[in-house]
Amino acid sequence: MRELALHILDIAENSISAGADQIRISIIENNHDDLLSITIEDNGKGMDAEILHSITDPFVTSRTTRQVGLGIPFFKAAAEACEGIFQIESEVGAGTKVEAVFKHSHIDRMPIGDISSTLQTLIIGTPEINWVFEYIVDQNRFAFDDHPIKETLDGVPLSEPTVMKFIREMIAEGIQDVRQKVSSAI
Amino acid sequence: MATVKSLDDLKRIREEALKKQQLKETSGKTEVIVGMGTVGIAAGARETLKAIMDMIESENLSDIIIRQTGNIGLDSFEPIVQVVLPGEEKVTYGKVNPEMARQIIKEHIVGGKIIVEYQIKG
Repeated sequence: MRELALHILDIAENSISAGADQIRISIIENNHDDLLSITIEDNGKGMDAEILHSITDPFVTSRTTRQVGLGIPFFKAAAEACEGIFQIESEVGAGTKVEAVFKHSHIDRMPIGDISSTLQTLIIGTPEINWVFEYIVDQNRFAFDDHPIKETLDGVPLSEPTVMKFIREMIAEGIQDVRQKVSSAI
Repeated sequence: MATVKSLDDLKRIREEALKKQQLKETSGKTEVIVGMGTVGIAAGARETLKAIMDMIESENLSDIIIRQTGNIGLDSFEPIVQVVLPGEEKVTYGKVNPEMARQIIKEHIVGGKIIVEYQIKG
């Protein structure tokens, strides 16, 4: 995969498969400490110690349609290729938290990529899940929670064209705003 | 300064969407499903789904349910798009790039005509 946003999409798919009804995604860029950290946290079924231990092995998957699961090993390798750290914590019945930390300026660090498209895919494509997103660049923060949106819509589907436009613009503007504030502060 | 999206804007959007729905007959909803497993994502499934969402938005197509799902189990045909028109059988398309996705929306979802060349036959 060529973008971190695609890895995020892939890891979030695991959370969906794990039966989560709330998934939190966090991207934090810290230029002062030269770090980029990405966290995906769910309240799905979780994994026991044995599965957790072997989850970063490319030949392990809980899926039955195909025998090889590559999402987690890919993401881990991406972090470790740029002096990063990869962690996964999980508890049966409580959920799973995946965290990857990258050296921000590392030459092999993939670009964050099209995070708006990743979020739009997740939010519109799985409306039964409560998506919570946070993007922090140094002191600036954009927080998004689709719960009040769904409450306001009160039964009108997220895939209505005017609703999709609203959500797309809200996310794009939020992300742009965080980045603009940073570049104007330099 | 970007315009701040407020929930009041969304309330207006909701009212308008409801008005439009009332004018329509209750013929059921069309469903579009895109496989979003690891292989699908690596093959470009997000861009395919994005093209579908953008097209639905720009053509103002109401009453279409968009779903993304995990692995569909047909790795070598990713990205996979499935279309279900109300009361009809599910049609599965393989190796769907954004351009093909736009064509599927236009010809199959709007026009009601299956694009046989793109179809995976099981």
